Amino acid sequence: MRDTLFHIFFVWYPYVCISSFVFGSLIRFDREQYTWKASSSQLLRKRQLFWGSNLFHFGILFLFLGHAVGLLTPTAIYTLFITVEQKQMIAVTAGGIAGAICFIGLTLLLHRRLFDERIRQTSTYMDLSILVILWVQLSLGLITLPFSFAHSDGEVMLRLSHWAQGIITVQPVDAKTLQGLAWPYLVHLVLGMTIFLLFPFSRLVHIWSAPVWYLGRKGYQVVRRRPVEVSHVRKSI
Amino acid sequence: MKVRAQIAMVLNLDKCIGCHTCSITCKNVWTNREGMEYAWFNNVETKPGIGYPKDWENQKKWKGGWWRKPNGSIEPRMGSKWRILASIFANPSLPEIDDYYEPFTFDYEHLQKAPELEAFPTARPRSLITGKRMEKIEWGPNWEEILGGEFSKRSADANFEGVQKEIYGQFENTFMMYLPRLCEHCLNPACAASCPSGAIYKREEDGIVLIDQDKCRGWRMCVTGCPYKKIYFNWSSGKSEKCIFCYPRIEAGQPTVCSETCVGRIRYLGVILYDADRIEEAASVADEGDLYEAQLKVFLDPSDPNVIAQARADGVPESWIESARRSPIWKMAMEWKVAFPLHPEYRTLPMVWYVPPLSPIQAAAEAGQMGTDGSMPDVRSLRIPLKYLANMLTAGDEEPVARGLERMLAMRSYMRARTVDGVVDEAVAARVGLTPQQIEEMYRLMAIANYEDRFVIPTAHREVSEDAYELRGQCGFSFGDGCMPSDDRVNLFGGVKVKNDKPKVGAY
Repeated sequence: MRDTLFHIFFVWYPYVCISSFVFGSLIRFDREQYTWKASSSQLLRKRQLFWGSNLFHFGILFLFLGHAVGLLTPTAIYTLFITVEQKQMIAVTAGGIAGAICFIGLTLLLHRRLFDERIRQTSTYMDLSILVILWVQLSLGLITLPFSFAHSDGEVMLRLSHWAQGIITVQPVDAKTLQGLAWPYLVHLVLGMTIFLLFPFSRLVHIWSAPVWYLGRKGYQVVRRRPVEVSHVRKSI
Repeated sequence: MKVRAQIAMVLNLDKCIGCHTCSITCKNVWTNREGMEYAWFNNVETKPGIGYPKDWENQKKWKGGWWRKPNGSIEPRMGSKWRILASIFANPSLPEIDDYYEPFTFDYEHLQKAPELEAFPTARPRSLITGKRMEKIEWGPNWEEILGGEFSKRSADANFEGVQKEIYGQFENTFMMYLPRLCEHCLNPACAASCPSGAIYKREEDGIVLIDQDKCRGWRMCVTGCPYKKIYFNWSSGKSEKCIFCYPRIEAGQPTVCSETCVGRIRYLGVILYDADRIEEAASVADEGDLYEAQLKVFLDPSDPNVIAQARADGVPESWIESARRSPIWKMAMEWKVAFPLHPEYRTLPMVWYVPPLSPIQAAAEAGQMGTDGSMPDVRSLRIPLKYLANMLTAGDEEPVARGLERMLAMRSYMRARTVDGVVDEAVAARVGLTPQQIEEMYRLMAIANYEDRFVIPTAHREVSEDAYELRGQCGFSFGDGCMPSDDRVNLFGGVKVKNDKPKVGAY
């Protein structure tokens, strides 16, 4: 039973979430452009947003990239430069600092969304859910810190990264290797995957549209030209 | 030279009576939806006043428009593209909805359903954002109507720069004017420049500036970028919206709703040809005082054979060139120079221009001294300070505004002499540099203001911009996902707002 549950949650569930994340995003982008937006609430209330949003966003961007690089870099590559123990030390320290920054921001944002009448009333249930889930997920991540200090040899980190790499590269994965991990790790993993599951149904889709291309735009103005020659008019009619 | 055509507007403030018909009809057509209750694509302000949103002309605070860098190039006042992206998580210069006003309705139902009471039932205000009771309404879209409020607050008006304003707080010296405002459909729009998604664009064929609602991601930089604060963030849809110059009407050759319904007949619409290659040069002029003249140089004479030839080469339809020759905008802005751009110092090259208002003579004694032989009062003795108008319309240069006002006074004087005394006063025309024919044409356009003279709008040539055959059997206007209703309540992706999920109590 235990083996089955682990197999479902850590071998099947990841692919369910990845599928939802990829295909859900594609379908929404294709069909529902009008709903694709950042859903800023700054117009309705400035208070708590400057610190809340900035701390949260910079923290979470760092954490996301840290997780991606940390989990997905093959062991053989980073051990050319640092030992596994050193990598865990870097991960725990940098992640801890970014996590703390993000936590302050996210708590401000959650408080604002729940207790500011204007923001609460104009939120969708998904807005509220996703913020609560992110807050719980971040808290779980921070709770794993003391557990990580308890085993500084990096063994847990290796198990996790091998699992993640196995999933991403579609290799046979044995979920039994994750048994015996402390509960915060396991819940953090499942909830993390759930965020990908919910991604296309929430405001999170704005992440896909991070407007970095703006920096490459030639000049400033956008003019829509009409076609000078009507080449697409059907000649056959 | 690259010739482009623009549908431009002129508002004759001398005839604006501040009735707000333009605002109301516009609101009823375009912005009576959730999320846009607070937005007025067209609003009428009483000046002097801080306006709507509060203090919108103070660009030190709101960071709208462009500024000229020491190296001579211009960039949005918000900063470089890097700076704009860096403020994307929390835009430090975004107005809050209270800077506009919290939209509200009244509990009208209570008037009918209240039980028998000692006192008359009242309809108390209720917020349209939260649905909750509002105890007191403290600001609105037109709070300063006809000089409402204290002078000390209204006089924060940025147009008082360089004016000894204290004197105008006294009852005997007070002055006022109306300023109807809408999107300027600029040649150098700062909103489009600051949009990280590239969702805001200017249409090449008629110059109308639009926001692609499908491409807008709600980064809200355009709200700050626009110095006129004429982009509104729809808090319900999460996208920015703006005046669309009633483009479906314009394309059909009809005036915008605000122009059509203007009871004072103060609005004019027509085609202006301009040189797209000269925009950057004109917007980058070193001295702000030269910006008005620089913008005039961007416009092209529609009677010049070279311009006509180039316009044809650049694909401007023949009917548009013909309309440009009959354009009321060209006559008022270029030929008679009685219309001026609103705040050229923002460097956006706005395309909604204003004829400044005449006002009573400052002192009654001076008025008594006025001769009746057609001589004109000094425009500097008018009640509205010239400097105030110049700060609004020519970046502080009084001379062009004075000349415009003089020409309007001359028109009155000339026509009075002609109709009352039966005398053609060529001297008064010559004094302001016009011929009697020009004055009579001015009179016909500005005083009589017939419908067909005010609105010279060529229909759009859809056949060159899209294939109508492809459009047959389609949905027409929709929320951007073909025939699917994105705003439907049952939608996997849209979501339902907390407040909309409850039965409405008392509202409406």
